[in-house]
Amino acid sequence: MTSDYAIIGGGIVGLSTAWGLLKRGLRVTVLDGDDGSFRASRGNFGLVWVQSKGMKQPRYAQWSQDSAAAWAAFSAELNDATGRDVGLEQKGGYDLHFSEESLEATVAKYEVLKETLGGNYPFEVLGHNALRREEPAIGPKVVGAILHHQDGHANPLKLLQALADDVRRLGGVIMNGMHVTAVDKSDLFRITCADKTEVRARKVVLSAGLGAMTLGPMMGFKAPIRPQRGQVLITEKLPKLINRPSLIARQVDEGGIQIGATNEEVGLDDTVTQRGLSGLAAEAIAAFPALAKAQLVRSWGALRILSPDGLPIYQESPDMPGAYLVTCHSGITLAAAHARFLPDWLEGADTAPNLEVFSENRFAIS
Amino acid sequence: MKTALPFREIDPVGNKVSITFGGIDLMLPLGENLAGALLVAGVMPFRNTPVSGAPRGPFCMMGACYDCLVQIDGMNVQACMLQVSEGMEITMPVVGGTADA
Amino acid sequence: MRKVDLIVIGAGPAGMSAARRAAQQGLDVLILDEQPAAGGQIYRNVGQANAKRSEILGKDFIHGQTLTKGLDHANIRHLKGAVVWQIEEGTRVSYTQNGIGAIVEGQRILLATGALERPMPVPGWTLPGVMTAGAAQILLKQSGIACQNAVLVGSGPLLYLIATQMVRAGVPPLAIVETQTKADLAKSMRHLVGALRGWSYLLKGLHMLWELRRAGIVRHVAATDVAIEGDQRAQAVVFITGKTAHRIECDTVLMHHGVVPNTQAARSIDIPHQWDAAQSCFVPDCDAAGRTAVSTVFIAGDGAGIGGAKAAALMGEIAALEIAHDLERLTKTDRDAATQDLHKLLATERSARPFIDAAYPPYAGAIAPADETIICRCEEVTAGDIRRFAGLGCLGPNQTKAFGRPGMGPCQGRYCGLSVSQILSATNDMSLDDTGYYRIRPPLKPVTLGELASMDVSASEG
Repeated sequence: MTSDYAIIGGGIVGLSTAWGLLKRGLRVTVLDGDDGSFRASRGNFGLVWVQSKGMKQPRYAQWSQDSAAAWAAFSAELNDATGRDVGLEQKGGYDLHFSEESLEATVAKYEVLKETLGGNYPFEVLGHNALRREEPAIGPKVVGAILHHQDGHANPLKLLQALADDVRRLGGVIMNGMHVTAVDKSDLFRITCADKTEVRARKVVLSAGLGAMTLGPMMGFKAPIRPQRGQVLITEKLPKLINRPSLIARQVDEGGIQIGATNEEVGLDDTVTQRGLSGLAAEAIAAFPALAKAQLVRSWGALRILSPDGLPIYQESPDMPGAYLVTCHSGITLAAAHARFLPDWLEGADTAPNLEVFSENRFAIS
Repeated sequence: MKTALPFREIDPVGNKVSITFGGIDLMLPLGENLAGALLVAGVMPFRNTPVSGAPRGPFCMMGACYDCLVQIDGMNVQACMLQVSEGMEITMPVVGGTADA
Repeated sequence: MRKVDLIVIGAGPAGMSAARRAAQQGLDVLILDEQPAAGGQIYRNVGQANAKRSEILGKDFIHGQTLTKGLDHANIRHLKGAVVWQIEEGTRVSYTQNGIGAIVEGQRILLATGALERPMPVPGWTLPGVMTAGAAQILLKQSGIACQNAVLVGSGPLLYLIATQMVRAGVPPLAIVETQTKADLAKSMRHLVGALRGWSYLLKGLHMLWELRRAGIVRHVAATDVAIEGDQRAQAVVFITGKTAHRIECDTVLMHHGVVPNTQAARSIDIPHQWDAAQSCFVPDCDAAGRTAVSTVFIAGDGAGIGGAKAAALMGEIAALEIAHDLERLTKTDRDAATQDLHKLLATERSARPFIDAAYPPYAGAIAPADETIICRCEEVTAGDIRRFAGLGCLGPNQTKAFGRPGMGPCQGRYCGLSVSQILSATNDMSLDDTGYYRIRPPLKPVTLGELASMDVSASEG
């Protein structure tokens, strides 16, 4: 079978890119892993998030903003096509602070970024009382918050399902349980899997998350990515307690309160630790004391896919033109950008976004 | 016409103490398994699910299924894993709705 | 942090006998169990059984008192009402007791977490008034509570046992609706000769059937299309035998078609499991002494494969002796001398099992339920949903979890895990081993954030 694009990796990044390409009338085959694969797409926190991103690289802040701005139409289109509501809510989000110092320091950084971005960085600072009017459940230890109006959240699992559904509906082929073992190129790319399945395509997108650590170098990429563990907690379903999401806690559309997340450099270990659970629980209770009585029903560890500077990588292979590495740790936030704008870049269209700063050239050759 | 309740104590023992379930006063045997005592008292359902609002009651009686959840002191707990104590105030777990603006 | 030689999780027959034997070998033993009294589910509350309950529940139940009495030993500490929610490094156990979280470290851990009722998803099984047959037995053992106007549904000797106990309690069931067929019985016959070594079980089975017939209990066999009707609660059981449609009005429906190992704790520490076709369930990999791939963790009792209470107690003893040898309290020679007889007794104990498994297979209608039947009770996901997720490319249950939330509720997949794996396996035409099972993560049981936070050490250690 021959496709215009073969996409290695059927998570949110791969599927949103596939969806965008299919919308342009291209033929797409997605090769997805199995039930046991590391899957950031089903372990992430579900924020559609702008604030704090790109503090050192304003282009990344912009790229996140562009995606956040495109999310509403993206989600509406998915909803119309599949009948699935992916639970998008963009009413703003908080960065909660437990000390005046940290709040002021962060605000100072945001002011600088705001100026760099020509003023498009709509945030406001809420003192404790103002915050309490917005979030009656907030605890006394929270001195204030930065409310950023471009922030929001969605239900990442519903997004995953809607994309899987609509990619198929649009004629995309999704092959599950595939372990890609080799990628080579003559006229066309040939992707070979462990079970001897072969897929041929004009172009290839490598969006295999941590799978790119091994596949990337085989395809001429540096792929300098590493796993970073994030432990996440979720409570039983509760009546409405939290109105807007923060990096500490958000109430998901089904009612559970999701609490996150650790940042741990532990390699490919995605286990959950008592230490991690207890630390996250303590922080969440400090923010929302009523959570002390909530039952934790599940927790998990998921592995973020991080580049050395934390920014996404968009790179065409110098050795295999037509092969692209697409990887990031904000697959939910950037889903709309990957669906709407990235296909133009992959196709070399005039309207392609400038993704130069996200190339691998920024990393020294090791 | 049936008058007997579905659950019956065959060897009633123990002192009865007063508790409330959903604001209704009940006399239950002190120290008895709470789910069992509520069943004998004719309580059903124990809760409505947060997903569809469907009624539920004890299913496994061994702490595994979580269908006998009730709310005591603001916490959702398994009735089958508790014992009756004097003055327990029990309600069905609160589901859905908005607690604030 | 408290340190002991052996942590036993579960105070059923396996856990109790292991604790006793280990204590006798000089090991410092801590038992963690959720219930307020020792016994597990099979000997639930046996220490408090009065004369009337003893008469109803029978000699096999009262036998459990020898095990509960055995826990009275200077080397055994039994924490009651202790809910285990995490095991780390094969040695550290986090648990909650009376609302307070704690951690204990053991050189060895024995998982003796027993069995769960095999999930029996049929239309209406989530209605109030529908319970497992095991639940009815627990009500009787724990509280002397009997279900009136009840119908027993499913297959297996436990149905006969509870029916006879209900007869003795003066509240006989309205009927027993049995799903096993004559063909099942015919298939089981090839195991009959082997089963004769376990003749006492066969004799007990025959005696129970005789007792039920004498009491005039109606039995319907080879029932199909079982469903429970009712609006706010169960009102009737409907089913078909041959060409006849039946409807029995009732207050309570008690379901049972076998028990399966409770593997949550073992799975949470990534102990490998295999599909056991004869018992239609996953069983953990362990050696003859119960040792798992995590070398400090052992499993004994029904949690290692269904064998019943007496087999469980023998397995507990064998594991305890192996652990005593590990910890240099017992020479290899003494261990072998002690376990030799136990293994022989265990083989006899297990000999009737293949016959019983074949004669009373799980109800086919609950293994491949109709699309509209709820599979995941917590998240209210149907069999049809699972099949649709398979159509969207889900090869295993962890993908369906992401797609539709089955297994994500408070029961953490205990009553849907097998169903989801079996439906996926059938829909994708993949083996059960290739389909796999939910990845179980802590907490093994829900725990409040307050309890977790009270164990936070990051503040004090920086």
